Amino acid sequence: MRDRAFAPSRIFIYLLVSSIAAAYLAPLVVVVLNSLRTNEEIAQASMIGWPKHWAWSNYIAAWSGFCVAETCAGIRPYMLNSALVTIPATIFSTMLGAIAGYAVSLWRFRGDSWIYGIVTLGLFLPQQMRLLPWTVVLRDTGLINTLTGLVLIHTIQGLSFTTLFCRNYYIAIPHELIRAARIDGAGFFRIFWRIILPLSSPILIVTVIWQFTHIWNEFLYGVTFTTGQQQPVTAALIALSAAIADIPQHGVQSAAVIIAALPTLLIYLFGGRYFVRGLTAGAIK
Amino acid sequence: MIWVPLLLSAAHLVSFSLWTIWISFTPSTLVPVSGWVGLRNYTAVIASRNWQIAFDNLLLFGSAFVLLSLVTGFMLAILLDQRIRGENVLRSIFLYPLAVSFVVTGTVWSWLLNPGIGIEKLVHDLGWTSFRFDWLVDRDMAIWTIVIAAIWQSSGFAMALFLAGLRSVDADIIKAAQIDGAGPFRMYGRVILPTLWPITITVVVVQLQFAISAFDLVRALTNGGPGIATQLPALVVYDLMFQRGLLGRGAAAAVLMLLILLAVLLPYAAWRYVQQRRATHA
Repeated sequence: MRDRAFAPSRIFIYLLVSSIAAAYLAPLVVVVLNSLRTNEEIAQASMIGWPKHWAWSNYIAAWSGFCVAETCAGIRPYMLNSALVTIPATIFSTMLGAIAGYAVSLWRFRGDSWIYGIVTLGLFLPQQMRLLPWTVVLRDTGLINTLTGLVLIHTIQGLSFTTLFCRNYYIAIPHELIRAARIDGAGFFRIFWRIILPLSSPILIVTVIWQFTHIWNEFLYGVTFTTGQQQPVTAALIALSAAIADIPQHGVQSAAVIIAALPTLLIYLFGGRYFVRGLTAGAIK
Repeated sequence: MIWVPLLLSAAHLVSFSLWTIWISFTPSTLVPVSGWVGLRNYTAVIASRNWQIAFDNLLLFGSAFVLLSLVTGFMLAILLDQRIRGENVLRSIFLYPLAVSFVVTGTVWSWLLNPGIGIEKLVHDLGWTSFRFDWLVDRDMAIWTIVIAAIWQSSGFAMALFLAGLRSVDADIIKAAQIDGAGPFRMYGRVILPTLWPITITVVVVQLQFAISAFDLVRALTNGGPGIATQLPALVVYDLMFQRGLLGRGAAAAVLMLLILLAVLLPYAAWRYVQQRRATHA
């Protein structure tokens, strides 16, 4: 617990920590190296090894060359699909969650705690309980196999999380502030825009990071409600590994895996600190 | 107007759940139909070999994963709590798997654990030809590959929460214990660990919830195989609903998943309730 210069026990701790860290990094390192090796090279040796020739062409093939089913456009269209679902759904669910969280914490009404309780339970309800109803809703609205359908699902389902986090944050805002503003004649949205929103950046960063990573990484809805060219990148990756099971192309596949993971890794790398802070603060409260 | 998002969210949760429960009591196959078959879908699901294996796997996977990720996370948190250099970098390394999709991590682990191209092949090429690490294709051991990948993926989450907990332990308590001559083991075992109960329970609940609904990771890592050796309830639901076109049975399996989850959540909710009452009365 206390600094003791460099006792043998300190050296042991550093050795232990760095070997565990190496084990955690190993899968990433393996994939990065493989993304730069040719398919022949991987086939001859194992997945684990240093590239003999730097095969940057894997990335070009993964981005716009390889074939899933009959189309040979690489991972690019699926990345675009994921972006077209994730960005709007993140924005909508965060904005609506902020408004709902603000309403629940500062504009109480009869029965609000019941409704709020149900919404929070949504965090725990298995996705599988909602698969069939969503199928019916999407079919009846004509949104099945569309990106709009996925945006709708992620916006509505994201509300459980965004409302919970925003509510827990807004509950600490002094009621007097709101009361004074109301006496001055400000309404719900005026108070929201002028007072609440400017105070909200810490919590909005957390919800945006959370929603973005979750929606980007989501697979079950993507694979259930979309097919072919409409699929998000997670579903396309599974289709890709099934498609190349006969002729292994691990180099290209590794490059595709890296590309698909890059957006969330970057978000985490640059925003992770705020995220962990918000997450742990919420859990310890 | 202002209540629309909230009401919409609550309404969809209630109506969707009730609708799925209702379907689980109907003879629906390819399309939802009305009718009443009592518990027939449930008995059919529970009697099926698929579900039995899935349920046993869930018990094994759930308990092993939760226990091991707790231990790993706690150990990592203690190590990072030793005022070591580069703590921020190390914390990021332990946490980064959390940011990546289960589809990606499952795929990567399926390569590493595949005896033909992964770790086993590497060790063979290095000259140790009798080395065996073929859990991925071994019926009895395959479920452990999912445990390994799942721990790698989410022990960082446990670590982050435990670390925050360790940092918030009252400094006076630690000082008092030090004056009493407590060594590092007694310090963590007797003094610090008891204060971390609330965090431990939060971690257990979150990880159990993940274990029960695990789908993507298994789909990408083993796809339930070899055979059906790594089948899990979430895969059974998907298989029944969208591959075999047995909506009634799929809905029944989904409701069974919910019941398993409730068996975990209700004690947790009761515990939270008691805690809060104690806090307000104290």
